[in-house]
Amino acid sequence: MAMPHREELPGPSAGVRHDPRAVAAIVVGGALGTLARAALGQAWTHDPTTWPWATFVVNLVAAAVLGWTVTWLAVHRPRSKYRRPLIGTGLCGGLSTFSTMQLEIVRMLQAHAVLLAVGYTLVSIATGVAAAQLGTTLARRGAR
Amino acid sequence: MTALLWAGVVVLGGFGSFLRYWVDAQVSHRFGRTFPWGILVINVSGAFALGVVTGLALAPDVALLAGTATVGAYTTFSTWVLDTQRLAEERAWRAAVANLVVSTVLGLAAVAGGLAVGGLFA
Repeated sequence: MAMPHREELPGPSAGVRHDPRAVAAIVVGGALGTLARAALGQAWTHDPTTWPWATFVVNLVAAAVLGWTVTWLAVHRPRSKYRRPLIGTGLCGGLSTFSTMQLEIVRMLQAHAVLLAVGYTLVSIATGVAAAQLGTTLARRGAR
Repeated sequence: MTALLWAGVVVLGGFGSFLRYWVDAQVSHRFGRTFPWGILVINVSGAFALGVVTGLALAPDVALLAGTATVGAYTTFSTWVLDTQRLAEERAWRAAVANLVVSTVLGLAAVAGGLAVGGLFA
């Protein structure tokens, strides 16, 4: 089945693509999100045998905010050209990271912290999907 | 110098986010949106790139700019899990599980491969 909610998903859509305002919004949002993640990562360091709190927290926060934003905007601002690019694609995309998480897991495995690696992977995914669901649910409740 | 470094983080974070948007547009245009192929390509290629950057064992400031800022902004966790949540909501269970498992397996393999490649040039 095709995805009826696909138009709610972040990323380029017919209305967003090639729109200079949307591209500018992505760059600005992405810059701010990246700054926050990089600063937190520098302040909250970890070694391969401990839980990577910085990445874990920014990823969960970004997942919840993205779920809320995409859902809320689809109801209240369906024609907005820059809000979703700014907050969704930009801010949440820049704040969250997949690559750093994967590197952290490989580093854990290299350090023979197998249980930590498996736990971090499963907990990140489970709580990440739950955070996206929570943001979505809250936005839908608020929309009623 | 520190201010310049963080200015670099801001600029490259914006660039990495734009690159994600652009690659997603290209991949989605070619392969459609029934499955989040764009984010899969982005996350796996980004994991490989971060592996290479880390394997090169660059100076900490350069690693921050190239790895944490640029590649970190390019890849995304939030869109990945929201796509999965939406697929599950549409009861596209196989696609939802595949999105999680394939991304994770290929992502970890890509990091390991990237570390090996980067190590060759370190």
